[in-house]
Amino acid sequence: MAGGSTTTVGHSYPRMEGRAKVTGRAEYIYNMRLPSMLHAKVHRSPISHGRILSIDTSEASAMPGVHHVITGEDVKKVLPEPYYGPAFHDQPILALDKVRHFGEPVAVVLATDPHIAETAAQRIVVDYEELPAVFDEVEALTSDVIVHEELKPAGTFADLKHLAGKRDTNIALDYHLQHGDADKAFADAEHVFEHTFRTQQTMHTPFEPMVALADVRNDHATVYSSTQGPSFVRFELARLLGWPESNVRIKTAHLGGGFGAKVYVKVEALAMALSLIAHRPVRVALTMEEQFYTITKHPSTFRIQSAVDKDGKVIGRKCEVWWNGGAYADIGPRVTQKSGFTAAGPYDIDNVAIDSYALYTNRPPAGALRGFGIPQLVWAYESHTDIIARELGIDPIAFRKQNILRNGRPQAVGTIVKDGEFEAVLDGVAERMNWNRPFDKGSGTKLRGRGVGLGFKASISPTTSSAIVSVNADGSCIVYCSTVDMGQGSDTAMAQIASEVLDIPIEKIRVVNPDTDVTPYDMSTLGSRSTFHMGHAVRLAAGDARDKLHAMAEEVGMPEGSNAPLPELFIRKFGMRAGAIVGSANYIPEFSPPNYDTGQSTNATPFWMIGATGAEVEVDTETGQLTILRLVNVCDIGTPINPIVVETQISGAAVMQLGFTLTENMVIENGQLTNPSLADYKIPGFFDMPDTMENGYIDAVQENGPFGAKGAGESGTFGVSPAIANAIDDAVGVRISEMPITAEAVFRALREKQGKPLEEN
Amino acid sequence: MGGQKKTIGFTLNGRRVAADIGVHQNLTEVLQEEFGLFGARESCGQGLCGCCTVLVNGIAVTSCLSLAAFADGADITTIEGIADGETLSAEQDAFIETGALQCGYCTPGFILMTKQLLDENPDPDDDAIMHYLSGNLCRCGAYPEILKAVKLAAQKRKAG
Repeated sequence: MAGGSTTTVGHSYPRMEGRAKVTGRAEYIYNMRLPSMLHAKVHRSPISHGRILSIDTSEASAMPGVHHVITGEDVKKVLPEPYYGPAFHDQPILALDKVRHFGEPVAVVLATDPHIAETAAQRIVVDYEELPAVFDEVEALTSDVIVHEELKPAGTFADLKHLAGKRDTNIALDYHLQHGDADKAFADAEHVFEHTFRTQQTMHTPFEPMVALADVRNDHATVYSSTQGPSFVRFELARLLGWPESNVRIKTAHLGGGFGAKVYVKVEALAMALSLIAHRPVRVALTMEEQFYTITKHPSTFRIQSAVDKDGKVIGRKCEVWWNGGAYADIGPRVTQKSGFTAAGPYDIDNVAIDSYALYTNRPPAGALRGFGIPQLVWAYESHTDIIARELGIDPIAFRKQNILRNGRPQAVGTIVKDGEFEAVLDGVAERMNWNRPFDKGSGTKLRGRGVGLGFKASISPTTSSAIVSVNADGSCIVYCSTVDMGQGSDTAMAQIASEVLDIPIEKIRVVNPDTDVTPYDMSTLGSRSTFHMGHAVRLAAGDARDKLHAMAEEVGMPEGSNAPLPELFIRKFGMRAGAIVGSANYIPEFSPPNYDTGQSTNATPFWMIGATGAEVEVDTETGQLTILRLVNVCDIGTPINPIVVETQISGAAVMQLGFTLTENMVIENGQLTNPSLADYKIPGFFDMPDTMENGYIDAVQENGPFGAKGAGESGTFGVSPAIANAIDDAVGVRISEMPITAEAVFRALREKQGKPLEEN
Repeated sequence: MGGQKKTIGFTLNGRRVAADIGVHQNLTEVLQEEFGLFGARESCGQGLCGCCTVLVNGIAVTSCLSLAAFADGADITTIEGIADGETLSAEQDAFIETGALQCGYCTPGFILMTKQLLDENPDPDDDAIMHYLSGNLCRCGAYPEILKAVKLAAQKRKAG
């Protein structure tokens, strides 16, 4: 399916919804109101771990205007097993018996006036027996503090089944990979290196906060949600209700950002339960602060060891990764495994051992965030790789190229790499940075350095997308698919694909907002999977419609090549402007499940996403202040469907990762989150942009992709953090091993190096 | 709450309007609940992200921090009021053409600030643009494209 000559695909189109967005008229679920609805406001736990002794709702209930005050026990009366989660059924809709993280929902007030609901929620009094809490992922491994008495895997994933009923552990998944003989490689090595790296807890901060409006009537539930995964939400709510999926309808609109925050169930189960109890539509709309208590990015600790021979070839690598999943597993166990198997980096290493652990702690839950664990891994393996190169006196790019993974070679998981242009991506960065030319290292107190980072990711697999394409009698066309456009431009890409296949102008194509009663199944909009998976489904569905149109033309005596306009064809067939030609398709890529003991799979992913970053920085040695002079981001995204959108995806991903690298950090002190607001949790603004930034993609074709394309939403995040740390090392000879890289962290490292360490706080 | 009410009158996108509001309500809420205008939207709730920007008497304010009661007698322009019928403003066109929006949630705020900037300074350089727009945040990270959009809008306005 290589590109060839296309008329729509491969060309830059402005987003279809651009006009709606610049006029303020775009549809978001946060804007929705339903007749007679009640507003819900949540009372949240102030402690990280404790037993609920009593909940006094009397004062809240007595407030004029309050309709209901609802606790976990009330939910249990209508939903006997009110626990949800994609990997474990561990998360109660409202806390039952215990709270496991600060900010956990404990009770809800419903009122017609949201201000009354909010005030009343503050008047609920909960008495707790506080329990010791564990916050650190490594401590959680051996801690006496147990977050869940018993593990409750959802049964959806085969590799979690052995955890059912397990007690007295915080390990929500242990994933192991064996490739070759790592122990022997270390015994044979000329050099052995070991480092430990850590990442902090961060949050997506989508600007449209999570929101769901539920309307449960008789045996039918309709939920309007800002979800990235309407099909999963339908599945999970139907399971909770014990109803067929046809009795649960999930509708979305455009999302004001998602970044992984809005996958799986977030506030939908709560909204549904509240409507079930109140017999009225209920709106649960979180604030920016509440999002910090709902889903976050995994903090992680990664101990990485390398065995290197006398020629600088990495012959063995051992990786131990601990993922801090917080109090509820969400999709963390999948991060542990699906990202875990790439932990040894984009290198051709014959002997690899990976141990990857998902841990429960008493932090807010962690899930997917733009890269699904990959940025945490790249931070470690690319920092580590750079240290090795420097210690061996080899140029960091030359060292990487010496060890780089190439097409036709097996990745550590055992899958032969195909259409993975690792070297070209690295070369793309090196060329743009003029790597082989002399570099001005600065002078005095302003020293300069440069560094690179190269990362990669497998697509979550196997997953299914379905699509319907309907051609109307006037020659216009409607695409029905459950891919959610949250800013990544998927509606436009899907319209381009349908336009290309059917030869219908893009202006005459509409992509319907996901609505599970209307748009067919899709696994979810996550992991940069939509262009590939839904792109294929739409391509196939459009092809199905095209074939039917051809058959119809034949039937009415307008054979191929007669070039009659579509409306005429419909009039010939149906006698007037009537009828519709409907094509449909399911798409699922080929996949081989990994062996449980070795983690090996001959086909672990339909495609590889690759991204590299080069950074030039200036460090002020008197303050540790860091200036990013230049950031170069290059990716292998196959052949773009819409080049301008792809470039902004690469750029936006890099900007977001810049925030996670330099400033963003959920600060927990004495079991409390001290900065759940944009005032104290600093996301990038205009003045955080690098002085110059270049973004690009290499010429590439994903042979099994739709029109040569593959995913592009996350690759720009991969290399950013280690590129900056490596550049700092190049500038001033200090190594930062923990994110975020603040001026204070750099200054402390500089003082440490001078033998004049600063006191700890 | 529920309690004290006040009737206010103001000009909204060129039309005289009136509303009965709660004295505790902010301007974002009143624009949404009373007038169905959702282009100004609350996100951070602290006046830091700029998503709730509206023009009050020609000056950009964060409507989530503005009590609606103070809008009495004011002239208010929202994102819904800056196009001339079906013809988009130069700023709106420029944001579409340069791809300066992704999820679109912050876009109305950026466009209103751009309009105010270009009213004051028809030919801003990069520093002036970044300084002026530094009170608006875009989580999708479209800053490089927004910079281009502002420059294109400046050109479009000059071309008339």
